[in-house]
Amino acid sequence: MAGTAVRGRLTWQVATVAGLTRETPSVCTIELEPPDWAGHRAGQHLDVRLTAEDGYRAERSYSIASAPGERLAITVERLDDGEVSPYLTEELQVGDELELRGPIGGYFVWGPNDGSPLMLLAGGSGVVPLRCILRERLRTGSDVPARLLYSARTLPDVIYRDELGRHHDGVEVNYTLTRSRPPGWTGHTGRINADLLADAAWPAAANPVAYVCGPTSFVETAAAALVGLGYPPERVKTERFGATGGP
Amino acid sequence: MEPLDGNSIGGLLIDVFGAEMTGAIGTCGICGDTGPLAELVVYRQAPGTVVRCRVCGGILMVFVKVRSMTCVDLTGMASLDRPRAA
Repeated sequence: MAGTAVRGRLTWQVATVAGLTRETPSVCTIELEPPDWAGHRAGQHLDVRLTAEDGYRAERSYSIASAPGERLAITVERLDDGEVSPYLTEELQVGDELELRGPIGGYFVWGPNDGSPLMLLAGGSGVVPLRCILRERLRTGSDVPARLLYSARTLPDVIYRDELGRHHDGVEVNYTLTRSRPPGWTGHTGRINADLLADAAWPAAANPVAYVCGPTSFVETAAAALVGLGYPPERVKTERFGATGGP
Repeated sequence: MEPLDGNSIGGLLIDVFGAEMTGAIGTCGICGDTGPLAELVVYRQAPGTVVRCRVCGGILMVFVKVRSMTCVDLTGMASLDRPRAA
């Protein structure tokens, strides 16, 4: 049974980089072909492991950007002081090998069986698992109404902007720009707060489920505001990542 | 470096418990707060992984890998339940 994964255990495997897409100057989507991938659920992660020549290893967890059934992909934002993300976003080439394991996670996940209206709140690259959820909603023909409110520094910092602009049919995408806005901008401005969410979020009476992903301060503010609007805390699923300068 | 949350250690938790645990419900042994492990505060840059309560900051779990063995300290947890169906 050599090579057979032990049930309940994650096994590291070597995937081939099959495609690279530059999303913004600091963000890259990496398509991966692992030899053995049983499929995943929208919102799940995978772990990436880099090993230096001297044997030093660094591991990071990345949200999966592609919907189940699509070619596996992650979207990575470069952190200037990072150990892993500069390599992934600047040096990796198509055809390279990358060690990974997954899928991982059972909390911040969504499937089409959940018929509740979706309230998705993204701060910066926190949009990645939410994009996966929207793609899964589309792929499965789900008709649950969905709203995405995406906080970004500037419009050029918005990841997947073209794709998000193509969503129709029950999906509303709104942006709030926190740093600068283009001339004629009529969308929201400033950081997400209770007033903005009172305006932009589904009312609690619609029994929505919320997924909030972004830097810690963004998630804390947004999740507390949703609870303040009457969302039950267990209907507000959160995922935080380290500071990247903020959305 | 800012801390992460429990979603980021889903793989480590599978290594230790043999099951998906980010949706498991834990109770802080210090303040009694209860919630999914995904919500806890996680420091991975320490020599090991330190998991703290988001309400009181108490240390709930510590994982230190020594050679191929992971040493696990859960003394800060009052209880740890199976994951709920997500």
